[in-house]
Amino acid sequence: MEVSLPAHSATSALLSLRDLKVHFDLGGGTWWDRMTGGSRERRVVHAVDGVTLDIREGETLGLVGESGCGKSTLGRAVLRLVEPTAGSVIFRGVDLARLSARHLRDQRRHLQMIFQDPYASLNPRMTVGEIIAEPMETFRLHRGTEKQERVRELMRTVGLSPRNIKRYPHEFSGGQQQRIGIARALAANPDFIVADEPISALDVSIQAQIMNLMETLRQERNLTYLFISHDLRAIRHTSDRVAVMYLGKIVELADARVIYDEPLMPYTKALISAVPIPDPVIEASRKRMVLESDVPSPINPPQGCRFHTRCPFVVPACKQVVPPLVEVKPAHFAACIRISAEQPHIEHVAPGATPGLASSAPAR
Amino acid sequence: MTAVTPLLSVRGLTTYFDLEEGVVKAVDGVSFDLERGKTLGIVGESGSGKSVTNLSILRLIPTPPGRIVSGQILFDGKDILTMSDDEIRTIRGRRIAMIFQDPMSSLNPFMRISRQLMEITQLHLGYGREQAHQHAVRMLETVGIPDPSTRVAGYPHEFSGGMRQRVMIAMALSCSPELLIADEPTTALDVTIQAQILELIKKLKEETGTSVILITHDLGVVAGMTDEIVVMYAGKVFERAPTTELFAKPGNPYTKGLLRSVPDPTSEQGRLYQIPGLPPDPAHLPPGCPFAPRCDYVQEICRQEFPPFVSLNERHQSLCHFAAEVYGGQPAGA
Repeated sequence: MEVSLPAHSATSALLSLRDLKVHFDLGGGTWWDRMTGGSRERRVVHAVDGVTLDIREGETLGLVGESGCGKSTLGRAVLRLVEPTAGSVIFRGVDLARLSARHLRDQRRHLQMIFQDPYASLNPRMTVGEIIAEPMETFRLHRGTEKQERVRELMRTVGLSPRNIKRYPHEFSGGQQQRIGIARALAANPDFIVADEPISALDVSIQAQIMNLMETLRQERNLTYLFISHDLRAIRHTSDRVAVMYLGKIVELADARVIYDEPLMPYTKALISAVPIPDPVIEASRKRMVLESDVPSPINPPQGCRFHTRCPFVVPACKQVVPPLVEVKPAHFAACIRISAEQPHIEHVAPGATPGLASSAPAR
Repeated sequence: MTAVTPLLSVRGLTTYFDLEEGVVKAVDGVSFDLERGKTLGIVGESGSGKSVTNLSILRLIPTPPGRIVSGQILFDGKDILTMSDDEIRTIRGRRIAMIFQDPMSSLNPFMRISRQLMEITQLHLGYGREQAHQHAVRMLETVGIPDPSTRVAGYPHEFSGGMRQRVMIAMALSCSPELLIADEPTTALDVTIQAQILELIKKLKEETGTSVILITHDLGVVAGMTDEIVVMYAGKVFERAPTTELFAKPGNPYTKGLLRSVPDPTSEQGRLYQIPGLPPDPAHLPPGCPFAPRCDYVQEICRQEFPPFVSLNERHQSLCHFAAEVYGGQPAGA
């Protein structure tokens, strides 16, 4: 399949995704299924369905979306923890999606991950020292006393006392376990880190600590983050740019501040209006845009714009045309046929009009 | 019924758990009032005792290891803690209802929604089968479940997370309770669904006049939903104030720290304020103020003496040696 570079790609990208797809085939639709009362149709989960995205060196790109939108699968596909179905993951000119296992391992050193559940992601039978040292052994980076010294140094870096080097994960609190996970991710000296919901499992007062720690590390080590979260407040705070994902597709992409102050795509508008603001005065006067119903299933998702089943601005064309991600304002991309560069604000667009349809190429 | 009597009045509630590592004072002398038709928010981090407080209100504490050591829970003037089991059963589910964080584990997976909803009205209101069934359909309609007369025959797994929480709310409101306790009702849900559920609770509250206790760790949720807030830490009430006052003029360093550590999407912030250290282990509380090791305002007295519960005004109290200074906006040591 031909992949044309859209306008939102940049040359300074550390990591580029090109039409990345991850589908999970659940089977069904064969004569056997019909005979045995299985599914009549073939069921395919379109977890990630054609994502093209650039992550610039040194930035934090926030990836936000609701459960089931495919954000975690996207993060995992970047590191090839799940195999992409199609498309490429280009890291410094190398397409990770096409590497052999051996070559992939050489590259993985540079790409690491922080997981949501800190306890489940640490081996309970290994000491903290062993956990943090493991990547150094895997990639043959340090040995002996040098390795021990590096482990201690990393523990100090993430705010753990090296005195605890012989302790086991269960002896630590959730926030401290997440620090261990961060230290392990740093052990191989990576350039790029996928942080998948790194603060969701933590208490409020600890969330701030972990966000600050990640920001400090980014500055000190010139790290690049893909920060995945459903928490829009955390994303807003940590990220330079934000990509909004809905049912396998990126529907809006812009600077973090811009996307909050002026969301363009209706789903983003609803998402941002749903975030409770910790200020009773603002909350009292605020008008919420409450969406009807739930996120549709990613198994055989809706045709056309995937948001059309819940969108208050829906017109018949939305059910047929897959909206491309286009630059509606400078450096602000949105996927909606009801807006365009000339008419970026959907509230001001004439009822039933689809200005985005004319300017965009006909969809698949 | 005089207007001054609160619907619920918790007085010096103390609940301990006897564990291997010692006695955990999960709730230690908690007091608050809830007036009719009002919403009270209880805010705290894990281990603060907010959930144990509410399980104690319904006497749902597993005994052993838990035990309610002392205190009074006056519901409509009667002490729940001295009631017989039969008496409390007439209150639970009928006059006080509860919704929990995880709607899946609070619904019976083997029972149709209809039966789970009918059970309540048949038991508490003496409805017959037909009447109970009609009521169940009506309740599902009230909470916004599409096509309720068909959906009522479904099983819990056929509903999404948000829909299950609606079923829980329908169940809780079946007997028109006077008090609804919602323990982290939206924590397991997505933001757009959270907004739906919060709007629903708000709307139903306005229609039925039910009083609500909303337990959450999310200050954003309580800001828009509550009239009054109780902040808990280490089993104690650290601060109690009307919602607008608490956000505008917190009188406790912990509350102040919590408010500052939540990123505000409406404003630009540099580095986020962080409360240092970790929440205390409730089995090993430090002497003096339990927040002292993490506090910006800490003085020598804080480490030695337990702080007083200071009244800053008629409706605003704070557990702190320096409550007046914090309330007055005196700059902290840090």
